[in-house]
Amino acid sequence: MIRLRWSLWLVVALALAIFVLFFVQLSRPKEEFVRSALIGQPLPAFALEPAAESRPGLSSADLADGQPRLLNVFASWCVPCAAEAPQLAALEQQGAQIVAVAIRDRPEDVAAFLEAFGNPFTRIGADPISEVQLALGSSGVPETFVIDGQGIIRYQHIGDIADRDVPVLLEQLREAGG
Amino acid sequence: MSRFLAAAAALLFAAMAPVPATAQDRLPPAPYADRQLADPGQEAEARALMEQLRCITCQSQSIADSNAPMAGDMRHQVRSRIAAGESPESVRAWLVERYGDYVSYEPRIGTATWPLFAVPAVLLVIVLLILRRRLGARR
Repeated sequence: MIRLRWSLWLVVALALAIFVLFFVQLSRPKEEFVRSALIGQPLPAFALEPAAESRPGLSSADLADGQPRLLNVFASWCVPCAAEAPQLAALEQQGAQIVAVAIRDRPEDVAAFLEAFGNPFTRIGADPISEVQLALGSSGVPETFVIDGQGIIRYQHIGDIADRDVPVLLEQLREAGG
Repeated sequence: MSRFLAAAAALLFAAMAPVPATAQDRLPPAPYADRQLADPGQEAEARALMEQLRCITCQSQSIADSNAPMAGDMRHQVRSRIAAGESPESVRAWLVERYGDYVSYEPRIGTATWPLFAVPAVLLVIVLLILRRRLGARR
């Protein structure tokens, strides 16, 4: 009789544990974006043609010259990419070197976008079929990666850069340099 | 009153008219986004894999079902890699390496997923043990 009661309590405890597990897991907010699994890994090899006349193209070799950089993934047709222009300008002003990949874009559209929102980039590669974006594990535009001087991906920022993200990216860039 | 009703109806129709939710690019789809491979065997392999890969921008659809530009670009990767002689499993592995297990609809046994496969087996063993004891006790 005693043994039976003990095992009944065990069943109740087990049911409660399962309930708590479901409650905790189901009340977790849904992760809206798929994060890149390549953090800490070297950049995949690529070589992109220039996306606009004003800047040279971009290859993975350009990102392994000892200098840590921000790699911005953007597109002229993407609205939040225009919204993050002031923050990119602020990052550039505070010493960040920024290169970019333009996703599924035409040279004239990229040129007009840079004309309208500013050009903080030293190089811009054209990625007309999202090949480099997929190789990076990037899930949309805009995204900003921190690449260290050895070409290792250190950090991924998903979505447009808000004011509060500027110091975070600068800190990540500083860590990648040290 | 009828003028008001007409205006309301016009507004309603305007609200129902399809409006693109986000800006889209003006580039044509990637070469193999919607073009089949010449080799029917390779095309069948590619299609089978596409149905098991998640579209990254529209996460509830497979890349075979989605019209998103990124899904087209992913289909291009699948078809061109298979045409180049890669096996479907190595294309899947290439994407999992970049996006994690989430990109593939086929469950994989890993450090986070092994309980899913172990629990039913353990429960079955427990049930068999209890049954044997009860049936054994009756005899």
